Amino acid sequence: MAAPKKGRNASAQSKPGRSLALILIAIVALTGGMFASGHTTPRLGIDLAGGTSITLRAVPEKGQESAINKTNMDTAVDIMNRRVNGLGVSEAEVQTQGDKNIIVNIPKGTNSKEAREQVGTTAKLYFRPVLATEVSGSAATASPSPSASGSASSDSDKATDKTSSSPSATASATPSASATSQGRAVTDALKADATPSGSASASASASASASASPSASSSASAGDADSKLQAAYTALDCTKKAERATAGDGAKSTDSTVACGQNSQGQWQKYILGPAEVDGTDVKKAQAVFNTQTAAGWTVTMDFTSKGSKKFASITGKLAQNQSPQNQFAIVLDGEVVSDPYVSQALTGGSAEISGSFDQEEAQSLANMLSYGALPLTFKEDSVTTVTAALGGEQLHAGLIAGAIGLALVVIYLLVYYRGLSFIAVTSLLVSALLTYVIMALLGPAIGFALNLPAVCGAIVAIGITADSFIVYFERVRDEIREGRSLRPAVERAWPRARRTILVSDFVSFLAAAVLFIVTVGKVQGFAFTLGLTTLLDVVVVFLFTKPLLTLMARRKFFASGHKWSGLDPKSLGAKPPLRRTRRPAGSAAGPVDPKEA
Amino acid sequence: MSKLGSLGARLHRGEVGYDFVGNRKIWYGISILITITAIVGLAVRGLNMGIEFQGGAVFTTPKGTHASVSQAETYAEEASGHDAIVQKLGDDSLRIQIAGIDTDKSDQIKEELAKDLKVDSEKIGADLVGPSWGDQIANKAWQGLGIFLVLVVIYLAIAFEWRMALAAFVALIHDITITTGIYALVGFEVTPGTVIGLLTILGYSLYDTVVVFDSLKEQTRDITKQTRWTYSDVANRSINSTLVRSINTTVVALLPVAGLLFIGGGVLGAGMLNDISLSLFVGLAAGAYSSIFIATPLVADLKEREPQMKALRKRVLAKRAQAAAKGESPEPETAAETFADDEPADATPAVVGPRNQPASRNRGRGRPSGKRR
Repeated sequence: MAAPKKGRNASAQSKPGRSLALILIAIVALTGGMFASGHTTPRLGIDLAGGTSITLRAVPEKGQESAINKTNMDTAVDIMNRRVNGLGVSEAEVQTQGDKNIIVNIPKGTNSKEAREQVGTTAKLYFRPVLATEVSGSAATASPSPSASGSASSDSDKATDKTSSSPSATASATPSASATSQGRAVTDALKADATPSGSASASASASASASASPSASSSASAGDADSKLQAAYTALDCTKKAERATAGDGAKSTDSTVACGQNSQGQWQKYILGPAEVDGTDVKKAQAVFNTQTAAGWTVTMDFTSKGSKKFASITGKLAQNQSPQNQFAIVLDGEVVSDPYVSQALTGGSAEISGSFDQEEAQSLANMLSYGALPLTFKEDSVTTVTAALGGEQLHAGLIAGAIGLALVVIYLLVYYRGLSFIAVTSLLVSALLTYVIMALLGPAIGFALNLPAVCGAIVAIGITADSFIVYFERVRDEIREGRSLRPAVERAWPRARRTILVSDFVSFLAAAVLFIVTVGKVQGFAFTLGLTTLLDVVVVFLFTKPLLTLMARRKFFASGHKWSGLDPKSLGAKPPLRRTRRPAGSAAGPVDPKEA
Repeated sequence: MSKLGSLGARLHRGEVGYDFVGNRKIWYGISILITITAIVGLAVRGLNMGIEFQGGAVFTTPKGTHASVSQAETYAEEASGHDAIVQKLGDDSLRIQIAGIDTDKSDQIKEELAKDLKVDSEKIGADLVGPSWGDQIANKAWQGLGIFLVLVVIYLAIAFEWRMALAAFVALIHDITITTGIYALVGFEVTPGTVIGLLTILGYSLYDTVVVFDSLKEQTRDITKQTRWTYSDVANRSINSTLVRSINTTVVALLPVAGLLFIGGGVLGAGMLNDISLSLFVGLAAGAYSSIFIATPLVADLKEREPQMKALRKRVLAKRAQAAAKGESPEPETAAETFADDEPADATPAVVGPRNQPASRNRGRGRPSGKRR
C-alpha cells in the first residue's frame, strides 16, 4: 500500500469535482440512513449512560481446559442472555469478548443486583440424594408444602415443623444401606424430623403410584458415621448469608456434604446430601412447560443424555424405596439446593418432569439453571462496574468538553500556522468528525457498537492523526512552492509523495488499532475500535475530500496568487525565484526523484 | 507563521539545520542515561499499580456528599475492614478506593457506606475488580505488544528495509521504557487506562518515525549514483527537512491530549480519561524525541556499515578532498571540514550545502507535472 499506482493521481487531479461529489453523496446517504433508522445518536456504553457492566471469566476445571471453547462460551452467553432478559431487563446484553470472557451489560433502571446474582450463579450442577433436611434458623412456622402428586410420602412431610436452629436430633448417624452402596451417613432422628420440602417437593412425572416404602436399612444400627459432617450440619444456620456462602465449600462431588436451600415459603432449609449421582453434564436439556393435562401447572422437564439417563434411573430406583426425606434428591447449583423433588419410582425413560407449585418464572428459572449447569464452565466475576446515571452523564459531558477543547486548540494552531490553508484543514476535520459521528450512530444498531469513555478518548486522540495527514500534505505543497513552482502544479506534484507518507503512517496506526482490538478485552477494545475507524476515515477524507478541495481551491485567485493570508505566500515561505535556480546534474543525491514514481 | 515558515524554508533548503546524525553519540548517550534512570527507577521504586491490578473496589459518591475525606476514610475502613484511600473530586464527590476486598462483599460495603455517608446507595457508583482482572489486561497488553512489534517489524522491513525496521523497533522500546520509567519515578498510578495509553503510543511513535523514514527512503533512492553526499548527510537532511512537520505533528497530537488531560485531571479528578491522556502525553513526547534523535541516526549508523555505503563514503571524501585541493569546492565550508577530518560518520559536517531540488531535472525537460494526464 506504500506504493500507489502510477497514473492514479492523474485521474484524481483531473476530476476533483467527482471525488467531492462522491464523498458528499456518501455523507448525505449515511446521514439520511441515520435519520431513517431513527438512531440519531450513538448508543452509549454503560460508563456514559449509567448501568452495570459485569465481566465474567471462564475458569477452567482441572483437566477440562479444553472445555473453554467457542461452543461452550456461546451456549453460556445464550443462557445468560435468556436469564438476564428473563428478569425483565429489556436491553441487557451479553457477549463474549476474547476467548474466555463474557461481558454482561445491564442498563440503568433495572435491578442490577438481581441480574448480577442471576448471571453469577453459573457454577456446576449436581443431583445429590437428600439424607436429611430441616428448616434452618428461627424460621417462622412453615405450612405444609403442596405436593402435586399427592403421594403417600407427604404425610411425613406434614408431620412436624422444626423451628429450632440447633436441631435436637443429634442421634448417631446411621449408615443407610439403601441409598447408595457407598455407605452414607444419615441420622435416624433427623429422618423423623422430616420437614416440609417446599415447592420443590414434586414428584417425578411418571409417578402414578405413591408407594414410598420405608427402607429396611434406614433403621440400621448406628455406625461411626461422618460425625464431622453431622457436626457441620448441626452448626449450620442457613439464615446467615455468610454461612450459606461457605456451606459445603470445598466438598468434592463424590463426598457427602451440607447445603442450604430455600423452600417455597421463603424459609431456609438445610440439608445433608449424599455424593453426587448425576451431574449437570448429564442433562441434555431442560424446559419449563405448562402442563395442561394433569393440571400440575408449570413443570420442568429434563432430558438426559444416554449416560445420564442410566445414572438417573439407578438413583431414582434407589431413592424411590426410601422414606421421606431420603426419597428426595436435591438439585444443587453452586453449593445451593435449588430444588429438592422427591421420587416415587425409578425413572428409566431418559427424561423426567419436576412438578410442584411453580409459577412460570420459577419453572423457567429452574429450567435455565438445569440447562446452565449442563455446561462444564464456571465463571468468575472479574470486574463489576456500576455507574450511576449522574456520573455517566458527567463523564460524557467531560469527554465532549475535552473533545471540543482539543478540536479548538488544533483548529487555532492550524489557523495560526496555515492561515487560509487551514480553511481546507478545518473543513476536512469537520467532514471527518461528521462521518465518524454518523457511522458511530449507525454502528450502534448494526453491530451493537456502544460509545464508551475510552472510545471517546480514542476519537479525541484521532483528531491529531487526522490533522497530521493535512500537515504532511501541506508541508509537501509548501516545499514545492519553495522550489519556485506555482500553486497548481505544486498541489499536484506534492500529492503522490504526501499520499504515500499518509498511507504508510496510517497503515501503521491502523495496525496498532487492529492488534489492540483483536487481542485485548473490555475497555481497551472500545478505544482500539474508534482509533481504527477514525484512521480509516482519515484516509477516505484525505483522498476524497482534502485533496480535491485543495485542487479546486488552487484555482481560486486568493490561493493561486499566493495571498499573504492564504498560507501559501511564496515570499513568506521563502521560495526561491525560479530563474535563479540552476540545473543540477542528473543523479545527484537528494534530488533525483521522479515525481511520477514518488 | 512567517518566522516558522521561513525557518521551514531554510530547513528545507538546508541553509540551517542541526547535525542530528553527526551529534548522535551525544543523543545516544542522553537516551542511554534516561533509559538507565528509567530502569533503575522501575527496579527501585516499582510501579504504583492501581486497584485494578490488586483487586478491590472503587466507589464514587454522588455530588454534594457531605463528608470529609478523613470521615469517609474511617467509614470505609469500618465497613470493609481494609485500608481505604479517599480522594475528593470536583463537586464534593468522593472517590473511595478499597483494595483487597472480594467482589461478593462489595454490595454490603456499598450499603454501609451509603448509610454512613447518608446518600442513596443507588447513587453510588462502584467499580469492583477481581484480583486477576488487571493481570489479565496486562497480559493481553503484553501479548498485543508482542504481536504488534512482530507485525510492524515485518511491515517496515518490507516497506522500507530491515535496518529501518530495527531502528524503529529500538526507538519504540526506548519510548516504552522511558514512559514506564517516568511512571515509576513520579509514582503515577498504573491503571488499565495507562495500559491503553501506552499501547497507543506504539502507533503514534511509529507514525512519526515512519514519516521521517519515508523521506529518507525517497532521498536516498539513487544515492550510490553520485559522489556528493554520504548516507549520513542525506539522513541528516531528511530529518531537517521533515523537522517542521515533525514539530507540527507532535504539537497537533499533543493539543487534544492536553485538552483531555486538563478535563480529565481538572474536572473529573481521576479516572479513565486522565490515565489514558497522561501516559499518552508522556509517550508522545518521548516518541517525537526518539524518531528524530534515535531512530534515524541509528539507520544512518547501520547503513554506513554496508560495503556499498562504505565505498560511497570513500568516494565522497576523496572527491571533497580533491575539490578542496583544487580550491574550487562547491561547498567550501563543508569540504574544508571534511578535509581536515578523516574519521567516519561522526565527522560528517552539520550542514551539507543547499538542498537538491528534486524537480530540477524535470523542469529541464520542460514538462510541468500539472499538465500530466
